[in-house]
Amino acid sequence: MRFVDEFRDGEKARALAAKISALCEPGRQYKLMEVCGGHTHTIYKHGLEDYLPEQITLVHGPGCPVCVIPMGRVDDAMALAAEPDVIMTSFGDMMRVPGSNGSFFDAKARGTDIRMVYSPLDSLKIARKNPDKRVVFMAIGFETTAPSTAVTMLRAAAEGLANFSVFCNHVTIIPAIKAILDSPDLRLDGFIGPGHVSTVIGCRPYEFIARDYGKPVVVAGFEPLDILQSIYLLMLQLSAGRADVENQYSRVVPWDGNAVALRAIGQTMELRPYFEWRGLGFITHSALKVRPDFAAFDAEVLFRVPGVRVADPKACQCGEVLKGVLKPWECKVFGTACTPETPIGTCMVSPEGACAAYYNYGRLTRTRVAAAAGGARP
Amino acid sequence: MTAGWVDRALTEHQASEHEYQASEHAHEHRAGERAGAPQPAPGTVREELVLERIDRARRARPRVREDRITMSHGAGGKATQTLIEAIFLNAFRNPLLEPLEDAARLEVAGARLALTTDSYVVSPLFFPGGNIGDLAVNGTVNDLAMAGATPLYLSAGFILEEGFPVEDLTAITASMAEAARVAGVQIVTGDTKVVEKGKADGCYLNTAGIGLIAAGPAGVGSAGPGLAGSGLAGSGLAGGGLNLGVAHARPGDAILVSGPIGDHGITILLARGELDIEADITSDTAPLNGLVAALLAAAGPGVRALRDATRGGVATILNEIARAADVGVLVSEDAIPVRAEVRGAAELLGIDPLYVACEGRMVAVVDAASAGAALAALRAHPAGPQAAVIGQVTAGPPGIVQLKTAFGGTRIVDLLVGDPLPRIC
Repeated sequence: MRFVDEFRDGEKARALAAKISALCEPGRQYKLMEVCGGHTHTIYKHGLEDYLPEQITLVHGPGCPVCVIPMGRVDDAMALAAEPDVIMTSFGDMMRVPGSNGSFFDAKARGTDIRMVYSPLDSLKIARKNPDKRVVFMAIGFETTAPSTAVTMLRAAAEGLANFSVFCNHVTIIPAIKAILDSPDLRLDGFIGPGHVSTVIGCRPYEFIARDYGKPVVVAGFEPLDILQSIYLLMLQLSAGRADVENQYSRVVPWDGNAVALRAIGQTMELRPYFEWRGLGFITHSALKVRPDFAAFDAEVLFRVPGVRVADPKACQCGEVLKGVLKPWECKVFGTACTPETPIGTCMVSPEGACAAYYNYGRLTRTRVAAAAGGARP
Repeated sequence: MTAGWVDRALTEHQASEHEYQASEHAHEHRAGERAGAPQPAPGTVREELVLERIDRARRARPRVREDRITMSHGAGGKATQTLIEAIFLNAFRNPLLEPLEDAARLEVAGARLALTTDSYVVSPLFFPGGNIGDLAVNGTVNDLAMAGATPLYLSAGFILEEGFPVEDLTAITASMAEAARVAGVQIVTGDTKVVEKGKADGCYLNTAGIGLIAAGPAGVGSAGPGLAGSGLAGSGLAGGGLNLGVAHARPGDAILVSGPIGDHGITILLARGELDIEADITSDTAPLNGLVAALLAAAGPGVRALRDATRGGVATILNEIARAADVGVLVSEDAIPVRAEVRGAAELLGIDPLYVACEGRMVAVVDAASAGAALAALRAHPAGPQAAVIGQVTAGPPGIVQLKTAFGGTRIVDLLVGDPLPRIC
């Protein structure tokens, strides 16, 4: 298939893997964080770690929209969904995220009207078709999905739709990366920068990482060769002692981002003073809320949102996994009490979650590679 | 799930951990003693232990944790399996049901019969390449064929919603009659129920079917309307009859699929029109009994198991093989036939074609020596020109399906969790 197979070419991967290995300094360990959950998914789905030398460890970052939603917000969404005449709409990823009283799926089975949509514009369609109902869209995601929520609100405003609102949980990536850089638990050598977010915000916002923290950043695409090439570019920088922001995904990501998308976000949303991230705690200026002039579409204004903070289950170590401090399998309940079918933590729910990716695809690779260590590597 | 479910899950987990701790310590001790061989990389010994623990958890007796049925219970993945084992098998347990094959194998007055039933709730009722009617006939014919039986007689049960157009019902029954004719079966009994408007979605169908498992060449061709059309007569089966089942898979066996996968599921998804994606794909719904007969004639006793890859797709079948036979399965992404349109749509939607339903494709496990003959027979049949060997059964790791990706890496293919495609059949 064109535009896909070219980026999954095993021959090219082997050539890149050899170059990457050649750049490893003997005795040095490299920790590279892929910020975005989409990258984590690609890495496991294609078995990319098989190509990396033992010296390079990929650390999975916080860029998984579902993973960072705290349990309290899920409970808030449930409370909204249970209000009279409400149709709650949400992306498929959200359906299995556990709140303290089960997931959207469980609520649906109990009779709450919750529908899965592929786009917030589908929620608008549902709102038009059901004028006697109040349709709420559970908005999640980083700057990647925020523009589509923004456009939906703009369209709802233009149409004068009175029965549509957004429960806004959009978050921003830069404060999360900063929190990780400031975290004493983790020493990283470089970042595989998030590709989709960067199509919107561009590459400039990462410059502080190179400038202030001395870590290289390579914004990467989502095919396995994209990621492998980005690792190669990071290794080139590290071996030359450089720390720059580079754009591997230039076929999609403009250096300055997407001005139209940014404007749409700016028109409809503004920064919250602070927001709770699952596992990472409260981070200032790390999330978006609906602007007061769009209050007619703000579910937090239209409904009574309980806003109760719910502590994560004690055994859940999603926070450590999200920060990259723990590998998924190092969590105490990984794969036993917490599995994709009965997830305790969010990292096990989303296909972009590090735990789900590792459980579904990667449970085997490392042992196989360990057994083969010393030469059987491609 | 209700409040407190996390606590319950954790308590359960801790209890099983305590039970296991002693043996884990023993294992750690053993691992430490493994001298001579290259030392594992730092951290891997503990990872191995975790993987072992997960393996144990996966084999634990299934329990339904939810207090209500969710859509996942019907998706053909893990939740469906849990529901079947924890509720249905638990209630009805008997040796005939226990293998959980597509059809039960019975012996009645000296005859070996296969019996199966299936319900159909597909939405939309009419889709490119078929409708709920031929789907219901083909599905049951295929479940019988997968048991190595010659499908003979079907029943048809209709649950109709008040207000359903008679014209649609006529179209559905005409498709059923035609599908029955093509498959060489007769619909010989039925039932009709009508429910109030809003209590069903137009039309639900149930078909049950009965088929004859050949006792040997002599036993074939003597009875029933199906045999003439099936081509099974004189297939040269060994005396004593076939005993197909995924539990019979052995290391070294080849795994084949009979054609491109995922056509039906993607067709249904696109036919719903919610995605605004258009592609030239039609459902693969088709009877497989002719193809099975050709396969058995060519590879006879070398055929160990047949499964039609419906809900949950090929990935689910591969997992059933690995689990039932306690073997490993290794398949190669490059070798799995998927139409470009299906791949494209699946790629856009973030769906893995391995999990997408087919309604006219089967997975065959064949011993290595017969693999060549089996592949040739499938490809020579009009229903299988794109058949392919996609991988093999391995000794281990038991219960695990591995995929060699086109990119050159290795990953696991697990049972599906969640439900990307409800009401596909």
